[in-house]
This record gives sequence, C-alpha cells and structure tokens, in this order.
Amino acid sequence: MTLVFSQLFTGISIGAVLLLIALGLSLTFGQMNVINMAHGEFIMAGAYTVYVVQQIITNAGVSLLVALPVAFLVAGAMGVVLEFLLIRRLYTRPLDTLLVTWGVALILQQLARDIFGAPNVQTRAPDLLTGSITIFSSGDGNDLMVANSRLFILTLALLAVAALTLGLRMTPLGRRIRAVVQNRDLAAASGIATGRVDRMTFFIGSGLAGIAGVALTLVGPIGPTMGTNIIIDAFLVVVVGGIGQLKGTVIVAFALGMMQSLVEYSTTISVAKVLVFLTIVAFLQWRPQGLFTLRTRSLA
Amino acid sequence: MLEFDGIDVGYGRSVVLHDLSLAARDGGVTAVLGHNGAGKSTLLRAAIGLLKPRAGTIRLDGADITGLAPHQRVARGMAYVPQGQQSFPHLTTAENLQLIADGRRNGKAATAEALGLFPALAGLMNRRAGLLSGGQRQQLAIARALITEPRLLLLDEPTEGIQPSVVAEIEQTILSLAGRGGMSVLLVEQHVGFAVRAAGRYYVLEAGRVTSSGQGGEDAESAVREALAV
Repeated sequence: MTLVFSQLFTGISIGAVLLLIALGLSLTFGQMNVINMAHGEFIMAGAYTVYVVQQIITNAGVSLLVALPVAFLVAGAMGVVLEFLLIRRLYTRPLDTLLVTWGVALILQQLARDIFGAPNVQTRAPDLLTGSITIFSSGDGNDLMVANSRLFILTLALLAVAALTLGLRMTPLGRRIRAVVQNRDLAAASGIATGRVDRMTFFIGSGLAGIAGVALTLVGPIGPTMGTNIIIDAFLVVVVGGIGQLKGTVIVAFALGMMQSLVEYSTTISVAKVLVFLTIVAFLQWRPQGLFTLRTRSLA
Repeated sequence: MLEFDGIDVGYGRSVVLHDLSLAARDGGVTAVLGHNGAGKSTLLRAAIGLLKPRAGTIRLDGADITGLAPHQRVARGMAYVPQGQQSFPHLTTAENLQLIADGRRNGKAATAEALGLFPALAGLMNRRAGLLSGGQRQQLAIARALITEPRLLLLDEPTEGIQPSVVAEIEQTILSLAGRGGMSVLLVEQHVGFAVRAAGRYYVLEAGRVTSSGQGGEDAESAVREALAV
C-alpha cells in the first residue's frame, strides 16, 4: 500500500512539472493556436537563468528566489521578441509557424552551447529543498516520503495555476486575452488593440515556461536540449485537456503524471511511455476535442 | 461625417466593392440596402478597418482613416455591431460589457446607460454570452458598442434572425439613439421597411456598386423596393 501511495506521489510530482510547462503552452498554443516549437527553449532559458544568477548570488535559496522573477522576465522577453519579429506575420500559416519556430529552437540551442558549453551544468538547490519529509511512517522501513523539491514544484505549479486563473478572470488584461482568443475581429472592432494583447499573451505564456525552467533545475541537470525532451508531453497535456481549457490542462497533467508513474512501477520507463501514448491516441480517437469543451448556443 | 471615396475592397482575388463612393452624414440614420452578396457587410468591415481597401480613401470628419487599425477608429468615435449577434461567447454578459468599459474614463456610467436601454440584460449578467438567445445577444452587442460612446454607430443587419418582439425593441432603440443627437447611424439592411423609414438618406448596393440613392422616409419605400427588384 505504501508503495502505491509512493508511486501516486511521484506521479503527482511528475504532473506538477508537466503542469508548469503546459501552463505556458495553454496560453500560446491552447488559447492562441500557435504551435511554438521554441517553447522548450524558453524553459531552457529559465533554467540557465538560475545558473547565471547563482554565479552572481552564491546563496542557493536567495538565488532561487531571485531567479524566479528574472526567469519569467527573460523567457517572457524572448517570447515577445519571437512574436513581434516572426510569429505575428504567420498567424494564418500554422505550418510555417511550426517550421520557423523549430528553426528558432535550433538556433537557441546552439546559442546555449556557445555561451554555456555543450555539457550539462548543475545548479545548487537550497538546503531546505534537498531533503524529504515523511508523510507516513509504516515502522517496517517502507516509509512514505516525498522530496522537498517535489513539494516545492507542486506548490509553484498550483500557485501559477491560481495566478493565471485569477489573472484571466479578474483583470482587464485577462478579459482582453480571452476576448481576442474567442473572436479576434470583434475584439479589434470593439476597440481592443489585438496586436498588443497578442504580445502580452506571449509574454505571459513564455514567462511561465521560464518559471518551469527554474523548477526543472531542482530535479535534473541543465542542458541545451532539456526543453525539447519534455515539450512533447506538455503539448499532449494541452491537447488532451481541451484546447484553451485551463481546467483540462490541470487535470490531464496530474492524470498523465500518475499514469506514467503507476505504469512505470510494473513495467519500464520506455514501456510506460508507449502505453501512455497509446492511451492518449485511443482517447483522442474517442474524444478529439479533448477532455473539456464549452457549451454555446452560438458559434461566435 | 464618414465618406467612402472610390474604394475597392475584396477578399483574396475577388473584388466585392468596386470604385464605391458614399457618405454617412452627421446626425440621423443613413441606410445601405441590398440583396445578399451586394457588399453591404463588406462596406462596414472596411469602414471599421477589418478590411483594407485596395484603392480609394475612407475619411472620418475629413481626416483620412484608410490606414488606421480598428481600435484606432474606435478611439476616434466609431463603433461597429457586426452581423449575426456576435459576442464573446465564453465571457459572461457582465464580462462582455466590462471588457469594453475597462480603462474608459466614463466606462461605468456608459455601461449603466447602455443597460438602461436594454433592461433585460440586467438579469443575465452572470450568464455566458454564448448561452443567451439571439435577441439577447444582439442587445448585448449594441450595448457593448454604446459603451464606447460613439459618434458614429455602424449596424450590420441588427434585426436579422431575431424574434419580432425584440426586433421592435431594437428598432425603437436605434431610432431613439439617432434622434437624440450626438450620434449618427450607418445602418445596413436587407429588409426595406424600417431602414428606409428611419433613414435621412439611403443607398442601394448591387454587386458592389451604388445603383440608387436618395432621401429616406416613408415616401422613399416604394422607390427602394423598385430599385431592389431590378
């Protein structure tokens, strides 16, 4: 029983990482329908931000706290530049967007190799996040323990979801983002500067990728291709959750994380991955629109 | 007030409006009538800036606005209610209105005034716009446009596909808005009756060209019907 709970907690922590990555995509891909293949490189930029900040601020705890907003700004700024220079010219050409942003991803990876070198680099985790806490003590040595870093990532993911949900619902910018996504022409004709809203949406979506990058430094090394390795899973989370559905993204991120963890327990990592992908393919055959869609009486 | 001077407008390779010139005058209603496909909606989309003319000029109060983006035209006093009771379907009625009021100095008062014209909306504030009936959505669309306190309201077939009781209410609102001064209406309609009666001036479009124009009013109805029957 302890083992099952242990796998579930591992799944939740995998889900939290997936969620952090997918949150940014739920804006740029889910809400704006832009397939940005460079999103993974914004995650990488966030991770390298921690590395750079730690060269300046040696205290691991302080540097992590400083790196969070800095990574958001760095990745957000990269997103805005990409949107302004390339993506806004390609909104009606999704396949061109995919190819162009893939090219940008390759350029950014090479840039990271040139600046930081090809081998992976490590950052120091704060002492507070290096241990683990015991959730349940069985007395026979099979205690249920959760790594502090994983709990931190889970908290960060939930805070990001809460901030994004509140921001989209309660702020003027959030209303404008939702309006532009739902009916771009009507939004423009209602007096909303849609180009500016697109840029802000990209800034927030890319900034969230930066935050995800910071979180990933706590569970693995930093390398030029670290974003590429995990971005496909994040795209799947957004698609299966339902395009533009934050609620779906949250549920599917945790569901996929737990499924991966539980299947891994009885098979291997590779087999678990194949089984998860097959399940997703079967699910999308049954429900191609994803887990959630909204009911309307009108098309617009 | 708003002048189209020799504009060509189209989609892709097809040209819908050909060398079209007409003017919506300051005050009252100007009606543009025509059958389906005549180019009426294209004219309004060009007016608000959703379509760029390939040739010609659009002027507002004498100033060239041809190259301005839609939000810049709204800032200059234009508002647009598109065809088909369009709304932001996943936003509530309140959010649909708040969205436009955000950042406007007079946003709250303008929203209250718009709701005063359509009191039925007050009871639907927490309902998603996509779940409203066609008539309610059209009232919401007009209310949204009015929050910008426009000097020129562009209305694209505002009563199309709406139940008769709501049609009467919308027509009455258009008349009262146009009659109280400070706002002009450019009304695009397929059905002659109300539009010609309400209009100070009318234009008939056919295949993207003005084929007939004149003073509006009760007396003009038969002339317009004749022009449209050709």
